[in-house]
Amino acid sequence: MGFGCGKNLALIYICKYLYDRKIIKMNFSEIRSHLGKFRVGIAGAGGLGSNCAVALARSGVGTLVLSDFDIIEKSNLNRQYYFADQVGQLKTIALKENITRINPDVFVIVHQKKLDRINIPEIFSGCDVIVEAFDSADMKEMLIETVQIKMQGVPLVIGSGMAGWGRSDTIRFRKIDETLYVCGDESSDASENLPLLAPRVGIVANMQANAVIEILMKLR
Amino acid sequence: MKILLNNREEEFEKDTMNVSEMLMLKKFSFKLRVIKINGILIPKERYDSTIIHHNDNVQMLYLMSGG
Repeated sequence: MGFGCGKNLALIYICKYLYDRKIIKMNFSEIRSHLGKFRVGIAGAGGLGSNCAVALARSGVGTLVLSDFDIIEKSNLNRQYYFADQVGQLKTIALKENITRINPDVFVIVHQKKLDRINIPEIFSGCDVIVEAFDSADMKEMLIETVQIKMQGVPLVIGSGMAGWGRSDTIRFRKIDETLYVCGDESSDASENLPLLAPRVGIVANMQANAVIEILMKLR
Repeated sequence: MKILLNNREEEFEKDTMNVSEMLMLKKFSFKLRVIKINGILIPKERYDSTIIHHNDNVQMLYLMSGG
């Protein structure tokens, strides 16, 4: 009997090994078609949200759910994925247009809403992963509390600490547990003398997209 | 009591404490944060009523503005 159990265990390990190898051996078109099966929610379409959405669209994520209530201002163009001729437009509409120009196969759902504790579970229902992409720390806190309490089990990738320039080596990725992942230096608070600039915001946004892909590649 | 705080073992003289007491003892004053105990998120309004036990796994995360 002991022998039988050992044999089964060995078989499980071999299957897992082969499955892992298949993942490693996927080429880009296979990866893209795998990612095409999933839906990712992005809360906020500013510096983090717009850049993260574009990276996910290029990688082939099937459906993106974008939510933001803001209008593009000239001052946003220092870091957000918009163009000068889009100033004055709604961020969600402009981002959908930019994503479609990059990869028309992505299905983009937009919500012009200020997110709150009530509408977050409705707007992001059915999402396989949610990306926190707000500017204000209060909103980050509200979203994390809401998703972790009301949408238990849905992985959440947050951005915290990206103001200023340089110090690329302080920006890191940290898995807190199976449902909470953090990207950023966790210490640089944005302020007048430590503003948000494209490079560090872009690093964190792309790190979030990278975390999303890592999570989705493990799902079937 | 011993707890795991952000993956590091920390020792406290108390036998039991709530979340607010832990924050005070560690002098964690930065207000915008989330705390998870054994994988469960603890909302702010429950900091006084949530007891941290020996061997609990406490994760704290500071939230910086910017995005």
